[in-house]
Amino acid sequence: MPLLELKKVSKNFGGLKAVSQVSFSLEKGEILGIIGPNGAGKTTLFNTLTGFYKPDEGEIWFEGEKLIDLKPHQICKKGMVRTFQIVKPFLELTTLDNVMIAALNRTKHIHEATEKALRTIEMVGLKDKAQTLATGLTLPHRKRLELARALATEPKLLLLDEVMAGLTPTEVDELIRLLKEINRQGITILLIEHVMRGVMALSQRVIVLNYGEKIAEGVPEEVVKNRQVIDAYLGEEFRNA
Amino acid sequence: MRKLYLFLLLAFLILLVLPKVMSSYALGIFIMIFFYAYLGQSWNILTGYTGVISLGHSLYVGIGAYMTYLLTLTLGLPPWIGMWIGGICAGAVGLVIGFFGFRFGLKGVYFVLLTISFAEIGRLIVLHLKVFGSFQGLFITPHFSAVNFQFKDNVPYYYIALGYVVFSLIVVRLLERSKIGRYMVALREEEEAAESLGVDVFKYKMIAIFISAFMTSLAGAFYTNYLYYLHPSTMMSMAFSIEIILRPIIGGMGTVLGPVIGSFLITPLAEISRTYFAKAGYEGLHLVIYGFLLVAVVLFFPRGVISYMKKALSPLLSGEKSH
Amino acid sequence: MNLNLILQLALSGFLLGGVYSLIALGLSLIFGVMRVINFAHGEMMVWGMYVAYTILLWTGVDPFFSFLVSAIILFILGYLLQRSVVNRILDFPEAMQVLPLVGMAMVFENSARLIWGPDYISPQSKFALSSISLGPLTIDTPRLMAFSIAILITVLVLVFLKKTDMGKSIRAAADNRLGAFLVGTDVNKVYAVCFGIGTACVGSAGGLLVPIMPLSPYIGAPFTLISFIIVILGGMGSLTGAMVGGFIIGVAESIGPEVITNIFHGLGVDLEFPHTMKQVVSFFILIVILILRPQGLFGGKKR
Repeated sequence: MPLLELKKVSKNFGGLKAVSQVSFSLEKGEILGIIGPNGAGKTTLFNTLTGFYKPDEGEIWFEGEKLIDLKPHQICKKGMVRTFQIVKPFLELTTLDNVMIAALNRTKHIHEATEKALRTIEMVGLKDKAQTLATGLTLPHRKRLELARALATEPKLLLLDEVMAGLTPTEVDELIRLLKEINRQGITILLIEHVMRGVMALSQRVIVLNYGEKIAEGVPEEVVKNRQVIDAYLGEEFRNA
Repeated sequence: MRKLYLFLLLAFLILLVLPKVMSSYALGIFIMIFFYAYLGQSWNILTGYTGVISLGHSLYVGIGAYMTYLLTLTLGLPPWIGMWIGGICAGAVGLVIGFFGFRFGLKGVYFVLLTISFAEIGRLIVLHLKVFGSFQGLFITPHFSAVNFQFKDNVPYYYIALGYVVFSLIVVRLLERSKIGRYMVALREEEEAAESLGVDVFKYKMIAIFISAFMTSLAGAFYTNYLYYLHPSTMMSMAFSIEIILRPIIGGMGTVLGPVIGSFLITPLAEISRTYFAKAGYEGLHLVIYGFLLVAVVLFFPRGVISYMKKALSPLLSGEKSH
Repeated sequence: MNLNLILQLALSGFLLGGVYSLIALGLSLIFGVMRVINFAHGEMMVWGMYVAYTILLWTGVDPFFSFLVSAIILFILGYLLQRSVVNRILDFPEAMQVLPLVGMAMVFENSARLIWGPDYISPQSKFALSSISLGPLTIDTPRLMAFSIAILITVLVLVFLKKTDMGKSIRAAADNRLGAFLVGTDVNKVYAVCFGIGTACVGSAGGLLVPIMPLSPYIGAPFTLISFIIVILGGMGSLTGAMVGGFIIGVAESIGPEVITNIFHGLGVDLEFPHTMKQVVSFFILIVILILRPQGLFGGKKR
């Protein structure tokens, strides 16, 4: 049984098909990359998966259960959590409190959540920023905070929306190591990413979206050779390289 | 943190002995300080902590005041019992407003208008009810006794009002340290993020508006039995709602002590200037000053006085970590 | 049900609705351009009323002429208010935008009370009691005058926005603040003028209302609320919506109490819905519209 399965999922805005008949499945423990040019419907797909939008067509199955009309917090409880492309920290709270609130997803005890949060913060390398207000964090740190919060909810599936954008190559490499570690601990990862270095290093499989449709799927090395994909998206970056 | 608690304990002890040395007039001012600190704190739960703006909190004061009165009148229930029933009624009305607002995702100005609308409807209805004295308002003949919540001099009212404040401080501090309170703050800071991290937006906003409305209405019982006069156009008006929100805004929203500090700063000024200006024939001048104050605070001290005090008092708060 | 009475009420509500439209037009214009709600709108209208009343008192000039002075004074007040307060809060979070303008509402309301006293005043102008018969219906002349002038002003404001350079700048700023800034428009000036025009609309409306209703410092807040309701009903920032909404609310408030009382009686309930509760009708409409169609009748975008 796949952890997550999409069956012909579509989402329209007015006449625009932001996501069109997308199907794929994701096995437990896998890392799957979603790539595609801007406006290909990647973030819309995430919003549809996590309950912020209702799909117009199709079915979403998680752990063998069909998700119908669930709100984002209910989906989080089921074990699917996402990060935001434009990070959304609780600005007036400390790093620790940010993560602690997320940890409350699985407990109602503050001290338990705080311990969980401290462990998570240490794992993502923000330990020395624990008492810093989120307003005072740099973008790379905010991205890590976003990741830490998602992890603290104890997800089975982690949806990452461009966590590497805006990071330096060194920071990207660190993050790759971290995500591999997270994956080793048994968390399945679905990531939207523009930073090809990250996608290639992490993903066992890659899906390519273009104009809301899935145009290719396969191991990263093959997908980047696919003619249609190169035309749609990778064109300049890869042919010139 | 420990030093702060010691300081608060000391302040509390001083306030306990104050009636021994103060005139009745001065006590009256302290009673109003406590009254508005309590109201501001109750509003603070919804707007300061949860980020849901209400400009209709006078509605809950009204419900508390009139329900308490009505229950005494019809069932002979003492205010001490009636006020909790009034609180539940106010909480229920809060839930109705919340249901309309949160279920349909009204935010910011739209929700503000919803709260004003309900408050105005409430005011107009009460204004037309004969049992509440219609346009003349309601005069209450006091029967002095502790059971009736009616006393001849100011000292008992002073302690009761102080009790209200302590109660509200404890409630808010407990909230702050609970899951509910943390979730409320998360909603204020970034609703979508909170939602995706497992916070049930609707549920926690409903909890916040219920607690806030419930607590606000308890002050209504005090109002009734302290002033012996109820008129919807004063105590259920938008002007009264503004009175409620002014102090926590000036003191600092979303903090435990903000409403209290704000009330200690504003209420004496308000009380003294109100009487002084009225005597001098400038009735309403204090409200003009309030208005300018509201503008100035938002423009120049949007985080309230407490954020400046924190800096000044940082040695006192040195043990404090995260707040 | 007395159909004649309902028709009569509808007509007089419709005429008042013309003035409502003008009030709401001012609010909608300000919101459309600056995304700020003028919580002092009704209180500023009251200032417009007192200006016209004072002129009537001192010179005997009828409010149907002196509303122009109200408009000018309110334009200046609005311009200054935008420059000193509103301009600083444009990027504030919503809560922080609401509060300073609520503060200004208190300032306007209570300064009016200090200057003109707390009591209700019903100034007698020349046309006050005259009326025109129209079959079974009668029309108050002052109401008809107020209506006609309000419509005229509304049309002039719309023409100004369409035809003049300033008007075009205002509309450009409404569409795209950054764009207007880049094109080199003095955005601050455009905003201040726009705010001034918005308050001049409500100021002149105030002048026109003097012969129709008694004035007091405290009648501003209900008008602020009424104008919000109209603007939300019509659609925030939609000028057409503000106008149509004005007529709808005007008529609804006027016939609402009578119709509801008839419904009560029809249901066998012996209850009167007093005219003094007519605002409840508007608030009810507001709640329904907030829930069913929060973008308003003419609002395109969802919130």
